[in-house]
Formats: sequence, structure tokens, C-alpha cells
Amino acid sequence: MVKIGTCLKWFFIGLVVLFIYAPIVLLTVNSFNASDRIQIWDGFSLEHYKYFFDFDHEPLPIVLQTLALAAVVATLSTLLGTVGAIGIFYSKKKVAGALSGVNRIPVINAEVVTAISFALLVTALNVDKSTYIPLILGQMVLCTPFVVLSVIPKLKQMDNNLYEAALDLGATPTRALFSVIIPQILPGILSGFLLAVTLSLDDYVIAAYTSPDSFKTISMHIYGLTRGRHVEEIKASYWAFTAIIFLIIVVAVVTANVVSLKKSKKQTVKE
Amino acid sequence: MTNITPHAQKMRLHFSRKLLAIPYGLFLALFVVIPLLIIVYYAFTDRSGNFTLENFADFFSGNGEGILGFFRSSTCRTIGRSLFIALTSTILCLLIAYPVAYIIARSKLKNKAAFLLLFIVPMWVNFVLRINALRELFIWIGTFNKSDNWNLVNTIIGMVYDFLPFMILPVYTTIIKIDKSYLEAARDLGATGAKTFLKVTLPLSKAGIMSGISMVFLPSMTNYVVSNWLTYNNTAIIGSFIEQAFRNTLWNQGSVTALILLLLMFLMTWLTGGFKEDTQAEARGTSLW
Repeated sequence: MVKIGTCLKWFFIGLVVLFIYAPIVLLTVNSFNASDRIQIWDGFSLEHYKYFFDFDHEPLPIVLQTLALAAVVATLSTLLGTVGAIGIFYSKKKVAGALSGVNRIPVINAEVVTAISFALLVTALNVDKSTYIPLILGQMVLCTPFVVLSVIPKLKQMDNNLYEAALDLGATPTRALFSVIIPQILPGILSGFLLAVTLSLDDYVIAAYTSPDSFKTISMHIYGLTRGRHVEEIKASYWAFTAIIFLIIVVAVVTANVVSLKKSKKQTVKE
Repeated sequence: MTNITPHAQKMRLHFSRKLLAIPYGLFLALFVVIPLLIIVYYAFTDRSGNFTLENFADFFSGNGEGILGFFRSSTCRTIGRSLFIALTSTILCLLIAYPVAYIIARSKLKNKAAFLLLFIVPMWVNFVLRINALRELFIWIGTFNKSDNWNLVNTIIGMVYDFLPFMILPVYTTIIKIDKSYLEAARDLGATGAKTFLKVTLPLSKAGIMSGISMVFLPSMTNYVVSNWLTYNNTAIIGSFIEQAFRNTLWNQGSVTALILLLLMFLMTWLTGGFKEDTQAEARGTSLW
């Protein structure tokens, strides 16, 4: 009886995994399809990869500019969010409560409401969208709260005596901040940064309302691919891109796990 | 006297760290609070900026036949459809996510966090690419844009597919934190497995469920990218209202919808206790790194 229960459990997990991966696997397989329609298998081909990596075709420049945007937004959000989290952590209870309350609004709010309200501000202030300032600030509104939320728990876990000790030993507050507090909360800062990168890459709504007319992100490009010239080819070349991204992520996750496994084994050996 | 100097110094230093909150405070005030106030302003004014309740009347009267007209209007149908999609998606997410989180948390796996990554990894593929993948799957199996009912089903599957990790993660983190000795105590006192689950595990994982609900319900009501892309623009949800209104520069009308969603957000947050819990970041996976 117990065995059947365990089997059922893992069968259920397997079904959910299948559900989550089926679409991505379907695209990965079809990225090698000579046809640009999923229903028809025309034999193995690298045509979609060739199309994707050709700089004269739309996808590659758009992918690169989306990555560049994510890097800028995530860096700025991480700086602002880390400083903000430290500030909130050391503020008086009332101030800290108010700030973390407001910090939570973009996290829970419907993205379209965040986007529209920000776009209205941009219009009210008459800021030129082609300066990229609305786009970057808009995505920062989305990303920074998550940085704050990942840094604050690390601040709570931190040993506060170390900071005091550094001051007693004659360090300036700035020095103590950089050589005592920052190293202790670094894992939170890093995870906040990664989260900001994925949020910026994922964002469609904010970019759609705030980006310069000439600028497109991956999300905007695919969302706009309904009709026009080369739509099928472009779509199929994005299958190749999905497969590449998926491969990179899987390799990264596996390596990270192997490294951490080796580390923990070494530690147990030492002990 | 000697005591005063270090104390005063400490005060000054703490003060300086507090000051670090100022730039982010200003950022939040300018780019989060003021935009929401602008929405309120537009919702209560007409095109020339005079105070009016007309926008709300327009929204709720639907096709101009009074209160009862609202129930026959397309607005009402869209709201009903959005609520149905959001409710079904949230329940499905919970029904799938809770067992997954529970099985992994209570398994004998050595590296549970690594196994959990299996459910998070697809989230790192761009959101529109993922939805596009799902659409190709629907085209492949032949349910894409087949009928209105299929459109509804596809939209719900899309929402579940997209938001499932946001439910799995917070539920998992609360279940894994439950002190094992509670379970032993319940068993020692003669509770059956089912009773232990209902009386101990489930109540103790409530915070995770609530945070998951708050991360799934509102997005699946408003994420018009999912519904538009999976149904060929054939299934409008409440998020599409806002998009359409703003595309036609009907800012006042769009703001009414946005304001209603905003109030709904506060209501949801209040109901799920989201302003107190720190679990939203966990829902996005921060606790895994």
C-alpha cells in the first residue's frame, strides 16, 4: 500500500513537470525542424538558428538591446534597492513600516496598473520617451521593490555587533558599511540583482507604454508578431532562441548544483 | 562624562545610516505614490479637468440602461469572465502547487531545493516566449482558437502555466519551516495522518497559501498578454479594458478601471495579510539563491 502511495506521488510530480516543460520541449524540438510550422516535420535543419544569428534579421539586435536594457535596469535597481533596504532597516519603526508598505505596492499591484499610472506621470511631466529615461525608470519601479525584499532578510540575519566592533576599532561609518555590512548581505544583493534581470527581461506592459518608438524588447517584438512580412521565419527563429536560453539555464543550474555538492562534500570531509 | 561621547557618536552614526532611506523614499513617492494619485485624479475628472462622477456612471451603466443595463453589458460580461478566469486559475494553481510543495518538502530527497528548481527554471525563459510556446502547443494539438469555450480553457491553462511557480514557492517555504516535532507530537497523541495534516500542517502553511493566492489571483485577472496571445484577441479580460482605453487615449475611462483594480488589490492584500508577510519575494524565488 505504501509503495502504491509513493508511486502515485511521483507520478503526480511527473505530470506537473510534463505540463511545465511540454511547451518548451516542443519548441526546442521544432527549432531543428526545416519547416516553420509545428504541425509539419520537414526533416532536420539548422535553418532557424542561421536565421536567428544573422545580424541583418530582426531578432538578434532586439535580443541584444533587451539584454542591455536588463543589465542597466538591474544594476540601477540593485544600487537603489540595496541602499534603500539598509536605510529602511535602520529607520524608525513608523518610517520603515510606511516605506516597506509602499515598497510592496508594485509587487502586488497588477502590472498593467503600475504601467499605466507610470505612463500617465510621464505624460503629465511631458518627458521625452526617446531619452530612454521613462523606460529605465519605469522598469526600475517594477524591479527595485524585489531587490529591497531580498536584501532586508539578510540585514535581519546579520550580526550587528560586527558593525559596532568595526567602529570601535576606528573604521569610518562608510568604511564599516562597505567592509562589514555589504559583504554580509551580498547573497541578498546578488539574488535581488538576478531577480531584477529576469523581471526586466520578462516585462512587456511597462516597456510597451514607456519605450521610445524605435525601441523594441523581445516581449514587444513577439507580441507584435501577428501579421506582416517574414512573420513565420522570425517566429521560428525565436524557437531557436528559446532552445538556446533553455540550454544555458539548464547548464547553469546543473553546474551550480554540482559545485555546491562538491563544496558540501569537501566540508564534510574536513569535519 | 566619558559615557556621553561614544553614545553621541553612536546616535550620529545611526542617523547617517537612516539617511540612506531618503533616495529610495523619494523614488517611491515620485514614481509609485504620485502615479497612483494621478489615476485617482483622472478617474474623478472629465476631459477638461472638472470634477465628475460621470466616468463611474459610464463604467457601471454599460450600455446606458441604468443599473440593470450593467448586468447585460459587455463590461459586466468581461468582469464576470475575468473573475471566473482568476478564480479558476487560482484554485487550479493551489490544487497543483500544494501537493507538489508538500511531496517535495516531506520527501527523503537530499537536495530538495535543487529538485524544486525544476519547477522554477522555466520561469527564467522570457514570459512572452513561454506563452508563445504554449500557443504553439495549442496549435499543435488543435485547440487553438477553436471556440469560445476553448478560448476560455486555453486562457486558464495559460494563467496556471505562467503563475504556478508563484504558488509552489511560498507554500514550499512555509511547509519546510514547520517544526517536525509538532507532527511527532500529533502522532504521539494518536492523530491519524489525515488528521495531522488537517490540524497541523494545513493551518501552519496558511501564510504560504495566502501569499500564493495574492501572487496569482490579480495577475490572472489582468494579464491581457496571456489572454490576447492565447486566443487571438478573442477573449477580453479586465486588463484589456485598460489597454484599449489608453490606446484610444481615453485616460479618464481607463483610470476608472485602473482605480477599481487598485482597490481590489488593496482588498486582496488586506484579506491575505500581504502587507505583513515577507513572502512575496519568496514567491519569485529569492529564497532559493
